[in-house]
Amino acid sequence: MNLLTPLLAQNNIQDVDGIPTPESSIEHVGSYWFPEQASTFAGDIDFLYMAILWISTLFFVVIIGVMVYFMFKYRRREGVGSEPSSSHNTALEIFWSVIPSIILVWIFYAGAKGFFEMRVPFDDAEEIYVTANQFNWKFVYPDGDVSKELHIVVNRPVKLVMQSDDVLHAMFIPAFRQKNDIVPGRYTYAYMRPTKVGAYRLACAEYCGEGHSRMRTVCVVHKDEADRKNTTQWENEKHPGWVNGERLFQINCSGCHSIDGTVKTGPAINTIWGTDERLSNGSTVKVDENYIRESILEPSKTLVEGYGATGTLSKMPSFQGKLSDAEIGYLIDYIRYLKDPSKFPDRDTLVQPPAADGTGATSTVPADPPADTKPADSQPAENTTDGDPPQDDQASDGSTDPKTDNQDQEN
Amino acid sequence: MATAAERKKLFGHAENNYLNCTKGIRSWIFTLDHKRIGVMYLVGVTLALLLAGVFALILRLNLWTNTSELLTDAQYNQMFTLHGAVMVFAFIIPSIPAALGNFVLPMMLGAKDVAFPRLNLCSFYLWILGTGFLLWAIISGKGLDTGWTFYTPYSIQTDTGVIYATFGAFILGFSSIFTGLNFLVTVNTMRIPGQGWFKMPLFLWGLYATAIIQVLATPVLGITLLLLIAEKAMHIGIFDPKYGGDPVLFQHFFWFYSHPAVYIMILPGMGVISELIAVYSRKKVFGYSFIAFSSVAIALLGFLVWGHHMFTSGQSIVVTLIFSAITFTVAIPSAVKVFNWLATMYKGSIALTTPMCYALSFIFLFGIGGLTGLFLGALSTDIHLHDTYFVVAHFHFVMVGGTLTAVFGGVYHWWPKMFGRMYNDNLGRLSCFLVFMGFNLTFFPQFVMGARGMPRRYASYDPEFTIFHQWSTAGAMVLGIGIVLGFGVLVYAAFKGPKVAGNPFGAASLEWQSSSPPDFHNFIHQPILHDPYDFESMIYDEELDTYVPKEFMEPDKQPATEPEPQTH
Repeated sequence: MNLLTPLLAQNNIQDVDGIPTPESSIEHVGSYWFPEQASTFAGDIDFLYMAILWISTLFFVVIIGVMVYFMFKYRRREGVGSEPSSSHNTALEIFWSVIPSIILVWIFYAGAKGFFEMRVPFDDAEEIYVTANQFNWKFVYPDGDVSKELHIVVNRPVKLVMQSDDVLHAMFIPAFRQKNDIVPGRYTYAYMRPTKVGAYRLACAEYCGEGHSRMRTVCVVHKDEADRKNTTQWENEKHPGWVNGERLFQINCSGCHSIDGTVKTGPAINTIWGTDERLSNGSTVKVDENYIRESILEPSKTLVEGYGATGTLSKMPSFQGKLSDAEIGYLIDYIRYLKDPSKFPDRDTLVQPPAADGTGATSTVPADPPADTKPADSQPAENTTDGDPPQDDQASDGSTDPKTDNQDQEN
Repeated sequence: MATAAERKKLFGHAENNYLNCTKGIRSWIFTLDHKRIGVMYLVGVTLALLLAGVFALILRLNLWTNTSELLTDAQYNQMFTLHGAVMVFAFIIPSIPAALGNFVLPMMLGAKDVAFPRLNLCSFYLWILGTGFLLWAIISGKGLDTGWTFYTPYSIQTDTGVIYATFGAFILGFSSIFTGLNFLVTVNTMRIPGQGWFKMPLFLWGLYATAIIQVLATPVLGITLLLLIAEKAMHIGIFDPKYGGDPVLFQHFFWFYSHPAVYIMILPGMGVISELIAVYSRKKVFGYSFIAFSSVAIALLGFLVWGHHMFTSGQSIVVTLIFSAITFTVAIPSAVKVFNWLATMYKGSIALTTPMCYALSFIFLFGIGGLTGLFLGALSTDIHLHDTYFVVAHFHFVMVGGTLTAVFGGVYHWWPKMFGRMYNDNLGRLSCFLVFMGFNLTFFPQFVMGARGMPRRYASYDPEFTIFHQWSTAGAMVLGIGIVLGFGVLVYAAFKGPKVAGNPFGAASLEWQSSSPPDFHNFIHQPILHDPYDFESMIYDEELDTYVPKEFMEPDKQPATEPEPQTH
């Protein structure tokens, strides 16, 4: 299956103009050597590449041509020995040292010039914060929207401010010819100015562990800001809880956990709800709200059998401080949904916005049976989130958390 | 004039030789004879090559489909790590210096042995110990999944056998240092009287330049790996940002060794090729002094370019520019070496024997490997190509197309000297053809993939690259068959091949003035020094079907029959 299919479908971004259909994007788009050119410096880089390629080809053909000619011309024959010839010729040796040197100086110059363009910031660039971790991408926009794919606007320069939560990663967009490592403990930057509307591959290029090859996403170039905003903005109030959970899962968890039963770095989560999970210390635990909450906030406390011995550190980072209580509630909803979707409302069911009369969460959901959009509404979840539904609503206003993220990064 | 019987004794096929002068397992494991140590090394590095080659084939099979159906992601990561680590540390670095160099270097100097025979044996046992630690990472079930570069902080985070493997690489480093030190002292002090620096075969210049790097650069790797072990075990806070360290510092330390190590891998190969081209063209090497000095120049410049592995790591722009500029300076001596080899073939008498076929395919493959280095040395193109399959293809063209081809060429060249028996030349050429075709089929598609944006070290990948990976996998199978055939021909020859006398190829360097296989003392007589590329100095002796020094074919010249008086 094509990488782009689920990712584009996920955020309903098929509607964006110019995005290749999943079928066409399986085909290589671009020239023989390159993916299509979609940034300002792609053209220069391709030119230099082709220039070096033709220079190299010329040298190579001459070298191999001479070699093959000598192989036949001077092949050993009965009764014919080698003829003496000079074993030293200053003029010739200077000639074949100096000519390549001059060419190399030009290549160096052209490469350095292009490099400066790639590493010097554009004026008025939009700053997008990138957090890479094993094995997820998270992009935070100036207005606080968050996405798993990079969404940018055509012809608007971008500055990516990148940080890693764990190990080395590298941000690589082949269509832009841009790449930079993401180093834990410091910020690195990548600049680009997209020139073409479309969807392009974005990959992790620096080996980062087990799921390295799964750390692929897309960069979508939108035709204008409104189009971008339309895709990236997300208001939790407008969706059933499990759909919010699905989105959070895609952004934070999908690098290591699958929803189709395949085992990635962590266990699959589609059928775990309500089952008895065997732990590495031999005991079992029932997968309920408390267990999931603990697994998210303190992943090393207990480990599922087969994912490390008790007492060792989990491969999963703690999400303490990164996910709010409400968001954990949405994730729990999503895990429950995966186990038994029949109890949940459809994806497109619009939840009514919170009533303006200030009565809180209870008033948002009428008493009809399937509408449990908040974990607080269902019986087992009560001990987890009961007592602070008003906070839930604040936290899920959509912009609070990402803003906090931004401030952290700027410090 | 020396009698035919005397010539037979000195230059013929020797039934009593270094292989059978003493018997029993103890006579091998405690031997101080550089020839036996060289043979043991050759067996060892060949096994390492075959093991790492099997890993490579498993990798390639897994990449047949884009969804990684054969291996799990974790297994794939372990497989490419072990492929790289075993190939680099246990095969390529010791292959030519420790195996071929050990056998040939003292004989090319007309010496009886290396300067420190015990250190030489010690170096071999350190190789076994170090390789053992590397393999222990596999056998213990922990595996190793950091990539051969052990980049922090992942190598600190992972719970695989990083400590075993780095300790193994640390020990292998000492093995390499001991070999290098031994060669430096041997070349400096044990040349036969009259053999000035410029009367040495170019292979020795290559080994000498390599030895300089081994002695100067390898300690840095040792310290780096110890620091990594300390960081992993005790969290001393040097490489892991979690404890206040800097992961990029590790990359600087690592490449400060590992870039020069690239030249440890290729310089001896270039030395071998210089010998093969001259001998099989029967021509004096063109531009001898340039080739000799370029080896040393490459070795020294090689210390100044490590940062070109880190153009995207976030190092400063100025530093990046400087590293790029110096990188291009290394290109010149490498290119001119190739021109010199071609000029050597001019008006030669070129015999397309198996070693020469390997030498010519070296020029072809190393040419591509070197020229594609230009794309990576130029900054803007490197940003796009860094950490893609383009890089993978580039360094395989240099390491496999260059070094492995040179290893084969060299082993085929000196095999009759080592075992006194000749291989089947047609089958040898067939192996060369398979290696050449398989290699190109494997790695050429990877240039295209890389330029199109396929990142390296991916277990599963985007479907548009599938066809390139399938070509590559098919090529790897052909390459594997070629390599196995190449060794098979040699092993068969060592036991069943027709016997040959001392100098079947008419080479003029000193190691050929001995019986085949050589005597335990290398030379029964005092070898007669000529220019190593003066092929007129060797005359064909029909009775022996081999070449002997002209002095032994002329009247009124009695050779000294006492052994060379150097003792240890």
